[in-house]
Amino acid sequence: MTQADWMWEEPKEKLVDWLEQMWTVRWFDEKVDEFFAKGMIHGTTHLCVGQEASAVGVCAMLEDKDKITSTHRGHGHCIAKGADPDRMMAELFGRETGYCKGKGGSMHIADVEKGNLGANGIVGGGIPLAVGAALTSKMRQEGYITVCFFGDGAANEGSFHEAVNLAAIWDLPVIFVCENNQYGMSGPVKDMVKIENIADRASGYGIPGHVVDGNNLPEVMTVMKEAVEYTRNGSGPVLIEAKTYRWKGHSKSDAKKYRTREEEKEWKDKDPIRFFQDALIERGIITEEEADTVKKDTKARIERSVEFAEQSPEPSADTLLEDVYA
Amino acid sequence: MQSSAVNSSNNKETTRSITFAEAVREALSQEMREDQDVFILGEDIGVYGGAFGVTRGMIEEFGPERVRNTPISEAAITGAAIGSALTGMKPVVELQFSDFITIAMDQLVNQAAKLRYMYGGKGNVPMVLRTPSGSGTGAAAQHSQSLEAWVAHVPGLKVVQPSTASDAKGLLKAAIADPNPVIFYEHKLLYKTQEHVPEEAYTIPLGEADVKREGTDVTIVATAVMVHKALEAAEKLAEEGIDVEVIDPRTLVPLDEKTIVDSVKKTGRVIVVHEAVKRGGYGGEIASMIAESEAFDYLDAPVRRLGALPIPVPYNPALEKAMVPQMDDIMQAARDSVHRR
Repeated sequence: MTQADWMWEEPKEKLVDWLEQMWTVRWFDEKVDEFFAKGMIHGTTHLCVGQEASAVGVCAMLEDKDKITSTHRGHGHCIAKGADPDRMMAELFGRETGYCKGKGGSMHIADVEKGNLGANGIVGGGIPLAVGAALTSKMRQEGYITVCFFGDGAANEGSFHEAVNLAAIWDLPVIFVCENNQYGMSGPVKDMVKIENIADRASGYGIPGHVVDGNNLPEVMTVMKEAVEYTRNGSGPVLIEAKTYRWKGHSKSDAKKYRTREEEKEWKDKDPIRFFQDALIERGIITEEEADTVKKDTKARIERSVEFAEQSPEPSADTLLEDVYA
Repeated sequence: MQSSAVNSSNNKETTRSITFAEAVREALSQEMREDQDVFILGEDIGVYGGAFGVTRGMIEEFGPERVRNTPISEAAITGAAIGSALTGMKPVVELQFSDFITIAMDQLVNQAAKLRYMYGGKGNVPMVLRTPSGSGTGAAAQHSQSLEAWVAHVPGLKVVQPSTASDAKGLLKAAIADPNPVIFYEHKLLYKTQEHVPEEAYTIPLGEADVKREGTDVTIVATAVMVHKALEAAEKLAEEGIDVEVIDPRTLVPLDEKTIVDSVKKTGRVIVVHEAVKRGGYGGEIASMIAESEAFDYLDAPVRRLGALPIPVPYNPALEKAMVPQMDDIMQAARDSVHRR
């Protein structure tokens, strides 16, 4: 914890902004969960409730010019990289005002202008893309770095091995962030990976690897801050493993037979938002009333996103053939 | 046989003859001199010069930053190209053998082809994937396939399959300039074929077929090496009084339907021939397109298709040859069509 002391010196507005971001992610996905349960949105979705600190902590250490690639469980990454929840919700509703004009849905939200090169429906599919974005930065000397989010499941894909090795031998400015939420759909990471830490694989590629408590925002930020400095100055890639837990099922049809309710409760007791909020209150940075206001305001914010989405038009059938080719 | 670009060149240049491989290298080099964003990456393309020598000498001119020799990682090479294209570069991948596209398939089919549409029109993937295809080299089942129908099936990809050195040069320039992912097939048996190729840079637009031989009795739509077999067959059939028109689509996606349909309306007979396995091959698409078009009413004989037998490519030279359509097969199909046997 002492290593993370730097962050308490940050201006109050920044600290509150990070809390707001985590609550925004939480309420966004809680709302989406509610809509799926009621059958109000079609298709499927993957929620990151419980994983807010890794998305927010990682993206908070980036500059606007930096880029990310995201995953099927990517709503948190989007919001943390500056996406507008209105247009995200509209996309889930399949509306014309959505980030993908209603053609992508939950698994394909991208915000190229803000440096979000897109969520990905293929496990591990975005890892080589992140390496390519980093290659552009290096070849054009653009100075941006790319963060590649992926999960514990993707760490067993061939694309992970190929892409991390390529980034390593070319010293590319990319940070691989493995959000280990303990399960690849129903597959427990302890049954699918022989080693304790996925970050230990970094040494096999000759790059630094770090394990961090993914529910501890200050620690995520501290590890990320160091990684950003290392990568931005041209030293090459870093692999960070954030240990966390998804509170909800894999997708909307998950009965969660593969894990116990006791285990879920243990992790919910390690709520990343409550942890950070309590720390802010204990340190006298915000009051309980201010914390309550953040919680309420962010919830209301998402309600406005829902209204925006509901009032947005359906895409015209004329757009069906648009954008297959540039 | 000659494209319009060749006809328009001056007298001095008509004396210059280079191979298909050299024409591809010339197109790559000219584009790289012209545009700093164009670079090439692939296995053994550095000092080795590529498995078929296409990139020989390029690392000496452009250096290892722009001629990026990669590990044997087809998914990462392809994915890195897509990611760099999405962020503004114009990468050209050399995939050592087109059979290895299986390993890069997720990146091509689920990523490159779909990003733009999935993202609602944001982002382009201006990349080219060049890859040697086809049988006839004794490389057997895993190094000899013609799998172009797979990628032609996927919306979002463009597919180019040149048959001559001069076409290859102009089509590659167009492919590199195209803002979409383009799969560029180079048949191994064509690499050493030689013809006049203009020295200056020129473009052959994607989606324009070339009438390689004009004729009035029967149309043969052929791709890659089959273009040359069809032209040989046409010369022999002329002696029998059968006047053959040979059309090379040059690009499968987009397909120049009009040139094919116009030709069939003129001749009333058509044979579609490719080296790929006939079952599920792109020839079926071309044949259906003709049958569904206004050319149907002009047909005097059924549309015929020639393609490889549905077997893995065998090693033995005689067996390998027996698998794919030969000149005699094309001649017989043309006679059958003309005489409706």
